Amino acid sequence: MSHDHNHSARSPKIRIEALEDLLVEKGLVDRSRIDNLIQKFETDLGPMIGAQLVARAWTDPEFRSRLLDDADDVLAKENISGAEIEHVEVKANEPGVHNVVVCTLCSCYPWALLGLPPSWYKSPEYRSRVVREPRTVLAEMGLDLDEETKLQVWDSSSETRFLVLPERPSGTENLSVVELAALVTRDSMIGVAKAKTL
Amino acid sequence: MNSISSLEGSNVEPPRENGELVFREPWEARAFGLAVALAETEALSWEFFRKNLIVEVAARERSLRDGGEAWSYYESWLKALESSVVDGAIVKKSSIADRCVSYAARPHGHDH
Repeated sequence: MSHDHNHSARSPKIRIEALEDLLVEKGLVDRSRIDNLIQKFETDLGPMIGAQLVARAWTDPEFRSRLLDDADDVLAKENISGAEIEHVEVKANEPGVHNVVVCTLCSCYPWALLGLPPSWYKSPEYRSRVVREPRTVLAEMGLDLDEETKLQVWDSSSETRFLVLPERPSGTENLSVVELAALVTRDSMIGVAKAKTL
Repeated sequence: MNSISSLEGSNVEPPRENGELVFREPWEARAFGLAVALAETEALSWEFFRKNLIVEVAARERSLRDGGEAWSYYESWLKALESSVVDGAIVKKSSIADRCVSYAARPHGHDH
């Protein structure tokens, strides 16, 4: 970025500083709350939170059915931060059924469970193509699904965010919840990959 | 203990695999945090902001298709935030513009 651009009245840096200062002066926002939110999203929130839920669902059938029936209730009971602003639905992959999540209009995403979305999730290519040709897009991202597998694409909105519950990899019967959580990648919970195998 | 909080302090590697920074530049983080903070206090409706964001994201994509210059996703976010605040009569457009001009005119070394 050029020096001129950085100091121009139209540069994003100047515009956000001006906007923040005006809102702080009006008493509409607290600067330390903004600092805390940034900190939370940069370091505290991330796919490890969703991964922990998935791993528990793999080992505890009662927890799994609660998660699929009423994820909001589970999130509230687990005190998952940020969950109060989102309605989340969890979609389970099964043999013959694969779920994948997109936000066709902007970048809605289950922040409380996965943090902020990766760049590709916000790209026009992913957002438009995964609805039209999901099988091709998933193959390009390294996930080959056979023709018999039914693909369900879930379009997020401000009302509803989705999390995919990936299938538990085989050969993991003796793993603990903590060990299982390490197999649950961000991409597997968006539905563009499977959980890692051992 | 099986709760989420039990992960804290454990040495399990979080399966982030993001391989990218959450925010590329500090102003992106401020724009994000400001929008969420305003929504939290209900100074701004998230739904209203999101509608403006959808408009800005679509405009960005039209521009890209027409061979326009690429810009950061958070520039669309910032534009949506500015229009939400102005349309919601929270801050006047002219106040924002005046403040930007005065900040841009600061001597170097006094610009943050």
